[in-house]
This record gives sequence, structure tokens and C-alpha cells, in this order.
Amino acid sequence: MSTTTPRREQAKQAKQAIKPAQPGAAHTPSGRHSQRWLAWIFLAPTVLGMGLFTLVPIVASVVLAFFRWDIISAPTFVGFDNFAEVVQDPTVRVSFLNTIVFVIVAVALQLGLALALAVMVQEKMPAWLRGFFRSAFFFPLILSAASVSIFMRYLFNEQFGVVNWFLSLAGIPAVPWLTTPGGSAAVVILVYVWQNFGFSFLLFIGGLASIPAETYEAASLDGATGWRKHVHVTLPLLSPTTLLASVMAIISALQVFDQPYVLTRGGPGDSTRTAVMVIFESAFQRLEFGQASAIGVLLTLIIMAITAAQFRLSKRFVFYQ
Amino acid sequence: MSITTERVSTGTAPAVPARPRPKLNWNLILRIVLLMIAAVLTLGPVMWTLSTSLRSPSESFKLPPSFFPWNPDFTSYAQVFQQLDIVLLVLNSALVTGLIAVGQMITAAMAGYAFANLKFRGRGALFSIVLATMMVPVQVTIVPVFMLIRGMGLSDTLLALILPAIPTAFGTFLMRQYFLGLPADLAEAASIDGASPWRTFRSVYAPLAVPGMAIVGILAFNFHWNEFFRPLIMTISEQNFTLPLGLVSLQGNLGTGSISVVLAGVVLSMIPALVVFIFGQRALQDGLTAGSGK
Repeated sequence: MSTTTPRREQAKQAKQAIKPAQPGAAHTPSGRHSQRWLAWIFLAPTVLGMGLFTLVPIVASVVLAFFRWDIISAPTFVGFDNFAEVVQDPTVRVSFLNTIVFVIVAVALQLGLALALAVMVQEKMPAWLRGFFRSAFFFPLILSAASVSIFMRYLFNEQFGVVNWFLSLAGIPAVPWLTTPGGSAAVVILVYVWQNFGFSFLLFIGGLASIPAETYEAASLDGATGWRKHVHVTLPLLSPTTLLASVMAIISALQVFDQPYVLTRGGPGDSTRTAVMVIFESAFQRLEFGQASAIGVLLTLIIMAITAAQFRLSKRFVFYQ
Repeated sequence: MSITTERVSTGTAPAVPARPRPKLNWNLILRIVLLMIAAVLTLGPVMWTLSTSLRSPSESFKLPPSFFPWNPDFTSYAQVFQQLDIVLLVLNSALVTGLIAVGQMITAAMAGYAFANLKFRGRGALFSIVLATMMVPVQVTIVPVFMLIRGMGLSDTLLALILPAIPTAFGTFLMRQYFLGLPADLAEAASIDGASPWRTFRSVYAPLAVPGMAIVGILAFNFHWNEFFRPLIMTISEQNFTLPLGLVSLQGNLGTGSISVVLAGVVLSMIPALVVFIFGQRALQDGLTAGSGK
């Protein structure tokens, strides 16, 4: 701070010194004034809209977490009761646990798959083929998660589903995908990863393209080839991209809702119920808005903690050029 | 692209080719086989959806499955129009998505321009607040937003979906980056000519901003056309349903009745996304990965 202030003053002085020389400077005072007016007019829709539909709701959500409210009767202040109840509620506990397991497995699969495919696509190959693969892996991202879950529910049907038909060709008996806890969890993860790996893939493609070719030339002069080249050159140089891709993948996986809602409605039992599904159910099915807000606040705290932890870890492991 | 080619060839090819014998590149073949498997697994379910929607409803669950529509049968498409008010769903989705996209393009261009090119006190702090709102998940604010919409007397209307989605932090960020990428001497030239800040925007920058606004519009269209969580909460009566909601309720009503009818609806709902994919893929990819470094 102490160094910036004098520097800013220096810059100001320098600007003032230049001023008379600029032809447009004659109307700078009025120009600056009308610039400010225009800025506030231009910002008004976005700033007011965000205040109304994002900032006020954030504050309201935190406040609401300390009240009991069913919309019909007046809200009553209950202190930390909502948090205490939520933490002890077996359904909420299972749902958070499910969400954590889901995040770990889905994100690991998504990043591993995306990285492997990106490395394979970026090495030498005909341009039209590379273009085809990039489009193919990107394609699921443009579909709606609800539509994808609708057709995937048919594909994973136990009796007439295509997945079990292919497995039967290999002599594997019909898997009860959507009627058992393990099967349902597997389907939710597979469907989610199927739709989302393309995003991490695009990020990795961008990261790989920014690694300078000379680095590989130097590595191959040192005798590094094939796998060793990727382990010792690609992975360290790609680590900023890996950090970004994993933060984005974890944050979006923590909020998973559409796939389990359409595929399984959280069942069988609570086996595929997720944190956001519990927020939805306690607010809009049981009308416990205070509890729903408390769960929302907990989820946000988890998201913030994980993001902060990742950036702290990154200082140790991420290699910036 | 030329960089990648150079990089690999220096690794494998000898400095002086001894004999010009065509060599099988096993590395390349293995990679293409693996990538093909991944591409088939990615596109296969979509091919199955398309070709099953073109089977007759009675044949739709027969095995072996069909992946290519050799004998297209349009009965399911006729039936989906009878079982679902699909015209209304498409109109609702189009209205919601279109107004959100246009609203975001205009407000994001204005706010992005203010953050990039206009000087005012508190600019940096305000921009940080706008960026910070991107980190808050929609599920956390949905309960108060629902109350707010109810208080405004807008519950169970399409406006309940449209209004809260127009202010866009990501769109504002994209447009700010876009305006910063335009040459700064344009504004200097305009101010030398005596143009007011508004005229500078209207006649110099606004026409140049169209490609950036298109990216914002395409992203908004793709996201909100597919949106499920907010419509599920904000709409109650079926006359206000959007496409994803209508399709999920169709599958729920029919259970496992006739797959091909539900899939016909799914395919119809994909058409606009497909159009965007064909004509705006580049813009969509650039927009989605914007802000990842550089």
C-alpha cells in the first residue's frame, strides 16, 4: 500500500503535465462528468437487478436460516435450532454424504477422462479428425440435463434397456441399475460424467495448446519419450489448468440436482438423494423454508471452504511458468 | 496447429530420413481407436434416441436396439403432439429463453462497456462485487427469490423465470473483456472529434460489440433453453411449463408406456440446441471457457 500511493500521485502529476498538449483535453472536466452519468445509467439495470435478485436473497437466506417459517403463519426466531435439527436429520446426513461420494467419484472420472482424451487429441493427427473428436466430446454439453436423464433412464432399464442388452451379449446377466442403491448411484455418476466431461476436456485442450513446443523439444533431447514426456513435462506445465478444471468441476458437482431428480427421484430409499434435492424438498414440498435456508447456508460454506483449500494447496503443487 | 505437428515430428522422425518407406504409426492408430470408442460412447445414446423416436410406438422397446433410422416411422411424432401441448411448451420456452437472451445481451453490453471504458469512482470495487456473485449457487438464493417473486405478484408466470435471469455477472465479465480487447485509440479519436461519451458508445463501440453480444446471447440461450431447476420451482400450472419440465412430466405420466413418443419429444426439444451447435459451436466453446486464463 505504502508504495502504491506515491506512484499513483506520480501518475496523476504526469497526466496533468501532459494535459495541455492533448487537443481533446479542453473539455475533459465536462467529459468526465458526463462519463460518470453515462456509467451509472449503463450500470443501473445490472446493478439493481443483481442487488434485488442476488445480494438481497443472499442476506435473506442467511437471516431465514434462523427462523421457522411455513409462509402461512408469521416467522418465529428459533436461533440455531434449524442448524441443530438439520445436522441431526438422518435424511440430510445421508444426502450430504451421498453428495460428497458423488463429487469425489464423478470429478475424478471426469478429470481423468478429459485429460487422457485431451492429450490424445492434441498430439499429431489429421486436422479434420481432431475437429470431429472435439465436436463429439463437446456435443453432450449443449443438451438439457433433464432430456439426457430421460433417455438415459430408458437405456439403463433392467429388462429392455440397451446397456443390459449389450452386457447380455458378453454373457453378463441383467444388472438392476435403477432399482438398487449401488446401481442407481452408478447410473447418476455415469450420466453426469457423460454430459460434463466435455467441459473439462475443452479446458485441458486450451491448457495443452499453451505449452510451448520448445519445452517438448528440450525434453526429447534429454531422452524423454512417450509416457515419461507426459509425466515430467505435460503434467507440471498443465497444473494451473488442472486446478481451474478441478475447482469448476467440484463446484458444479456439489450442486447436482437435475440428473438424480429425473433418473431416480433420490431413490431407492435415500441412496441417490443429494444436498440440493434436500433443499428443494424441505422448501417446496414440506414448506420448511427456514430449514431449507439452513441447508443452503451449510452447502455454501462447504463450497467456499473447498475452493479456499484448493487455492491454498495450489500454492504448493501448482507450477506457474 | 502447425506448432503441434512440429513438436511431435521432432520427437520421432530422424534428422535425415534414410529411406522414404511408409511407416505405420502405431501410436496414431492406437490413439484413434481409443478416441473412436469414446466418441461412439458419447454419440451412441443420442443416435439411439433419434432412431428409436423414428420407430413405431409398439416396436420401440424391441431388442436388438436400433441406432440408425433405416425405415423412419413418424407415428410417435404425431402422438407426442396429441399427448402433450408441445406447441405451447415450445412457445413458452422460446419466449422465456429469447427474452432472457436479448435482455442479457443489452444489459451486459451496457454494464461491460461502463466497466471497460468509462471512468467513475468505485469502479474496481463494484466489478469485484459483480464477479463475486458468480460464486453463489442458484440453489442458495432460490428460496428468497421465490418469496420476492411471490411478493411482486408474479408467482406462476413466465416473468418469474425471465426477470431474475437477466442481470448476468458472467455476461458482464465477457463484455468487459470484449471491450477491453478493442483498440483504445478509437475512443481518443472520437473525443478529439468532440463526440460525447454517449455518441462514442453509440456510433463507435456499439456496432463493434455485436460479435461479443452474440456470444453472450448464445450462452444464455443454451443455458436457459435447457434449464430445469428454476422452472420446476417457479411454475405451477402446466400452461406455464417450459419444454424440459413438460417432457419430464410426460415420462412420469406414461411411465414405461411408449418410449418412442417421449423420445420424439426429446428430439424435438433438441432441435434449437442443435442449430446453435452447428452455427455457433466456436462462439459457445470460446464463451464457456472464457476467463480460464489468458
